[in-house]
Amino acid sequence: MNEQLQSDFDKLVKTSKFSNEEINFKKNFLNNFIKKGFPNRKQEDWKFLDISQIIKKNISDLSYFNDYSQSNKIDPSIFVDGLEHNKIIFINGRIEKIDFNFEDQNKIEIIDETKKEISFDYENSLIDLNSAFTDKVFKILIKKDYSLKKPLIIYHSTNDKIKSTNINLRLDFELGENSCLKLIDYFANNTTKNFINIFYNFNLKKNSILKNYKIDKFINNNLKYSFNNIEQDNNSVSETFILSAGSDYFKNEINCNLNGEYSSAFINGIFSLKENQQHEIRTTINHLVENTKSYQLIKSVLGKNSKSAYQGRIFVNSKAQKTDGYQLSKAILLDETSEFNAKPELEIYADDVKCSHGSASGSLDENSIFYLMSRGLNYQQSKELLINGFLMDVVEKITDVEIKNLITNIIGLKQ
Amino acid sequence: MDTREKDIEKLKDYKYGFTTDIENIKAPKGLNEDVIKFISNIKKEPKWMLDFRLKAYERLKLLKEPDWQKPKYPKIDYQDLYYYSAPKSMKDKPKSLDELDPKLLETYKKLGIPLQEQARLNGIAVDAVFDSVSVATTFKGELTKHGIIFCSMSEAIQKHPDLVKKYLGTVIPVTDHFFATLNSAVFTDGSFVYIPKGVKCPMELSTYFRINASETGQFERTLIIADKGSYVSYLEGCTAPMRDENQLHAANVELIALDDAEIKYSTVQNWYPGDENGKGGIYNFVTKRGLCKGKNSKISWTQVETGSAITWKYPSCILKGDNSIGEFYSIAITNNHQKADTGTKMIHLGKNTKSKIISKGISAGFSDMTYRGLVDINSKAKNSSNYTQCDSLLMGNKCGAHTVPYIKNKNFDSNIAHEATTSKISEEQLHYCQQRGLNPEEAVGLIVNGFCKEVLQQLPMEFAVEAQKLVGISLEGSVG
Repeated sequence: MNEQLQSDFDKLVKTSKFSNEEINFKKNFLNNFIKKGFPNRKQEDWKFLDISQIIKKNISDLSYFNDYSQSNKIDPSIFVDGLEHNKIIFINGRIEKIDFNFEDQNKIEIIDETKKEISFDYENSLIDLNSAFTDKVFKILIKKDYSLKKPLIIYHSTNDKIKSTNINLRLDFELGENSCLKLIDYFANNTTKNFINIFYNFNLKKNSILKNYKIDKFINNNLKYSFNNIEQDNNSVSETFILSAGSDYFKNEINCNLNGEYSSAFINGIFSLKENQQHEIRTTINHLVENTKSYQLIKSVLGKNSKSAYQGRIFVNSKAQKTDGYQLSKAILLDETSEFNAKPELEIYADDVKCSHGSASGSLDENSIFYLMSRGLNYQQSKELLINGFLMDVVEKITDVEIKNLITNIIGLKQ
Repeated sequence: MDTREKDIEKLKDYKYGFTTDIENIKAPKGLNEDVIKFISNIKKEPKWMLDFRLKAYERLKLLKEPDWQKPKYPKIDYQDLYYYSAPKSMKDKPKSLDELDPKLLETYKKLGIPLQEQARLNGIAVDAVFDSVSVATTFKGELTKHGIIFCSMSEAIQKHPDLVKKYLGTVIPVTDHFFATLNSAVFTDGSFVYIPKGVKCPMELSTYFRINASETGQFERTLIIADKGSYVSYLEGCTAPMRDENQLHAANVELIALDDAEIKYSTVQNWYPGDENGKGGIYNFVTKRGLCKGKNSKISWTQVETGSAITWKYPSCILKGDNSIGEFYSIAITNNHQKADTGTKMIHLGKNTKSKIISKGISAGFSDMTYRGLVDINSKAKNSSNYTQCDSLLMGNKCGAHTVPYIKNKNFDSNIAHEATTSKISEEQLHYCQQRGLNPEEAVGLIVNGFCKEVLQQLPMEFAVEAQKLVGISLEGSVG
């Protein structure tokens, strides 16, 4: 694996326009990754789903080289209909287009940040892999007092021109004071068996609002990993919604630091899994100052041979009095081969806090099915209606009406 | 203040902190094959027992000490410990209590455990373990009438080798984790209980553990077998003198319940917790595991953990028989610099198995408390269910309370529900109590007792009263 990494990295350097400084910087990350290797189940965070095994089983050996000097053709058929939006289009790991047509161009700035150090401590080797092989890193800066008129959709797509089996993406966002960004990650893959590694950094200044929706709906055979690091200043709000349904493997990781008073974080997620899919959400919410709030709701519907895992961690610093933290995970197991794992964790060092978590899993309630069938529905309809209601609960938490409708339609739920 | 007064002053906080001046026989310091042979030899064990120990020791050499736990501790030098220490007067076993060293009797009297049967008002049979050996077992005659075997482990190895051979190491095999394997290699004594078919044990059985000698590790082994349709309630209590050093206590407890049998195991753990600066105290690294082997069997653990510098244990149930039930009730209190990482494991293997976990954690001072639990429902465990509730109470912002549950559901017919909350005693509650004439400490005591009530109710009467007092004492000085 190491020779492959080294030779692919050399190819990347040859075809790219990176400066010498940038290359050295990337080389450091490459060496870190070679030293650490892929995470495996010996690490607590990867206990439930071991990515090194999953890659081995699905793809065997990865290749890492993507030619960022050649552009790809944009296929407009993947665009979302019925919602006016700004676009960022990634194809095979390359940024093809950044388009803020609906916005005041003076209020948005795009900065090259390829050389910027990663601002937090991490052990995760996938961040090293990402930093070594990603294309140019851009930071999108939303200036003070500006709210984007339309949502921004990031299209993650791959096509058959792809040369490697590993794609790395990275974007940084900074939301100035009183600004607002609605961001949708939309996955449209036309290829199979790639490992896609996404890394976002968000910096939320005072009173800013971030709404991030991740939509992985269409069945595909890719393996995905997404890491969001969110830093929040006073009074800021972050809302993350995850629809985890399409890929063979998808792990969403969110690390949220509530650095400012009265800041709050909301995470809602749906797993809707079918045959052989393995998905995971792992969250870490760090309550670091007084009067912060977090809320998490994760629901799973698990079909044949599928497996979902939820690891949620609430950390409360000894300074963070008056913290309000809540976690709830629920799962419906539809088949005898489905499996649900949860590890809702509380780590608390302050006494004046309100923290709780709950977790429940089981099969569909036979009594409810009986109730519906006695009113004329058949078994299948009753089942669907119950699942619909179960998942609708999470979708209802979406605060943006337009996007809520879009997501309801994409999942195919009835209101 | 002269030293004597100081000693008295110290004893006020932990009244079991005295030492008994008694002559000891010790094994040479250190851990090696010779020491294991020494222990086996002095106890006149048969060869199969020595083989069992040596097999464990071979395995131990390959194992590493685990380090994933939350409370970290300085490395233990296993070669710097005595693995066997017994009062000299026990060398030639006294035949009856009259022959027992009066100093030992005095010690147990001081601890509130009179060994003379007539001195006891209530019918509780006691097995008293002093350092590495069992010194006395009471009410033997009464128990023998029912065919119940209640004796020290050493005696069981001599007198009931078939039973011991059949069951020892079946729940905690010699190939288990580091501390359990260490125990299998060097265990010295402990209690053995066998309840025959269909017998409901007429009295509570109880073991009282006491560490006296310094630089000694206590490694006892308890084995309880409840045969078909039987019932037993078993209590365990522990104390140790106050010392500046940390002492290791690594016991193994194995419970086996056959068809329709029920075992109730209660612990009130009050090892010396160290002084208020965190110096000294016992490291309580115990492996407790129960196997519901037969159909409709039930094992219930109840624990009140107030002592020890570090408590690190997970009393577990393996629910193998169909319709078997596992229960775990726990109160863990940490104060000053105490640390605890405790919880349970419920492993559902059989059909229609049920488990219930109620855990209450209270941390005060600079202490740190972790609930860590596993609920694992196997794909064959149809129609099983689990309910878990773990609540934590924090007093002050220098302490920590953590909850780390692992939940694995591999069966779609089964239900798991888990709830956890963390909070503090609210100002309103305190105000309400004080308004009615209680001082702040009494008010906190009352609220804490209410918080723990669900668990305290599970304890046998005599223990419940003691435990309730203990809860109050452990939190003294943590208010205001």
